[in-house]
Amino acid sequence: MTPRLPAVACLCALALVACTGVQSPLAATGDQARAIERVWTLMLWICGTTYVAVLIALGWGIWRRWKARTAANMAGEGVARDRLLSWALAAWVALVVGLLSWLVGASYLADRRLHGDRADLTVRITAKQWWWQVEYLDPDPSRHFITANELRLPRDRNARIELESADVIHSFWVPTLSGKEDLIPGQHNAIVLTPRVTGRFRGQCAEFCGLQHAHMALDVVVEDQAAFEAWRERQLRPAMMPSKPAAIAGAQVFAQSACATCHTVRGTPAGGRSGPDLTHVATRYTLAAGALPMERGAMAAWIADPQHPKPGNQMPPVPLQPRQLADVVEYLMGLE
Amino acid sequence: MSSRCRVDALAVAGLAAACLALLAGGCERERREYRNAPEVREPAQPRMTDFQPGAPTRATVDPVGLHYENNAYHITQGGRLFRWFNCNGCHGAGGGGMGPALMDAQWRYGGRIDQIHASILEGRPNGMPAWHGKLTDMQAWQLAAYVRALSGNVRKDAAPSRRDAMAATPPPIQMPEQPPRDGDPSATSTPQP
Repeated sequence: MTPRLPAVACLCALALVACTGVQSPLAATGDQARAIERVWTLMLWICGTTYVAVLIALGWGIWRRWKARTAANMAGEGVARDRLLSWALAAWVALVVGLLSWLVGASYLADRRLHGDRADLTVRITAKQWWWQVEYLDPDPSRHFITANELRLPRDRNARIELESADVIHSFWVPTLSGKEDLIPGQHNAIVLTPRVTGRFRGQCAEFCGLQHAHMALDVVVEDQAAFEAWRERQLRPAMMPSKPAAIAGAQVFAQSACATCHTVRGTPAGGRSGPDLTHVATRYTLAAGALPMERGAMAAWIADPQHPKPGNQMPPVPLQPRQLADVVEYLMGLE
Repeated sequence: MSSRCRVDALAVAGLAAACLALLAGGCERERREYRNAPEVREPAQPRMTDFQPGAPTRATVDPVGLHYENNAYHITQGGRLFRWFNCNGCHGAGGGGMGPALMDAQWRYGGRIDQIHASILEGRPNGMPAWHGKLTDMQAWQLAAYVRALSGNVRKDAAPSRRDAMAATPPPIQMPEQPPRDGDPSATSTPQP
């Protein structure tokens, strides 16, 4: 066993990352990602074939030279011009230029596909350090709502995603649905997503945006139209009124402490706009932009010390008594 | 010849070490602390003025405040909170509006960092709301440090060199230092006939 083997095994294991379908451009589930995947496959085949052809030509050249040398037949080499070789060279140049033009054209058409299409639904995503604010826009203002770190889309519909940033440059990337698009402060970018398969996928900030860039993930859930509409109606409602005594006490603590300075819970006095909207926080899959699962224990750990799982994030540890902490967790886990 | 070479090499090495040591001086200015210890002590009640009968006593600044005041990270975070919590609504990027200007030398309730911290948490008459319980203690200190930076009263190496939002005033690092003067400006101005 050579010491190189573990290193090679590690390098090969890196390739396994592409096998999971949750966050892989090779497991496309949307029209735009499929367009990109087609260009990618085309490029792989063209470049792969070219590479093999060049290697064969090189090997043939070496073999020819080596044979000529053993035959002691070096005289005249490189002096006489081989007509056939000239033609082969010209054909090769033409082939390469043609293939490159084809790739450029295919890439341009795929790019056009990403940005232009009629939208059935408009969502505005604002990236912040280090989470995603997701706003579902509607011509009727009463049907406009804000959520965070979770993008739900109906299957077989064109969703126009408007991308903005509140602080630094971020990049929106859901590999199974589309390519990357930057979110730039002061600029309005937009892409269209057309998911074709229901399921849960993962997006990730793809532009280094500060300390917790790695912990800036986005859950993407694709559902059929009926399930999406049901979810939307539910999100439009104000927050559930707590019924258990602990949850009622938790709601009071939440509204009267520093929590409400940054977070909104619609239907209660809490109306801060600088942190994620928590109106239906318990319906989401993850906490803190994909850093923690949505579980009671994780929620308690997060509120007790947000700087431990995600150091440097903008949520300060709020001094709460253990009783108050338990009540607030009870309250938040009931916000469905 | 060889000893000469050795001396030169030593001098170069010494110079390089001195340059590296200078770089290390920058470490402290931006040391990032993300959490403060849970508050157990009673909030300090700094005096708002040194106006008193008898000989003036020497005011001492809360050492916690000095720590925040000299840290670039805390000052920048204070600027972020200043925008988030709409301090601009009344203090207009430090220039004043409904509330007093924060970029001059006039301080009605004291311009030391612990006095500003107390003003933020306790609120002041004629409109300044009390933020106690709405901000964590750390956030209040960060805001106070940023407010000090608006009138050029923090260390130049810790002051932010740019503003993150639109502003009519220069960034804090370019503000002339204006040491706080106590009292209401109307009390010192000459009365109009």
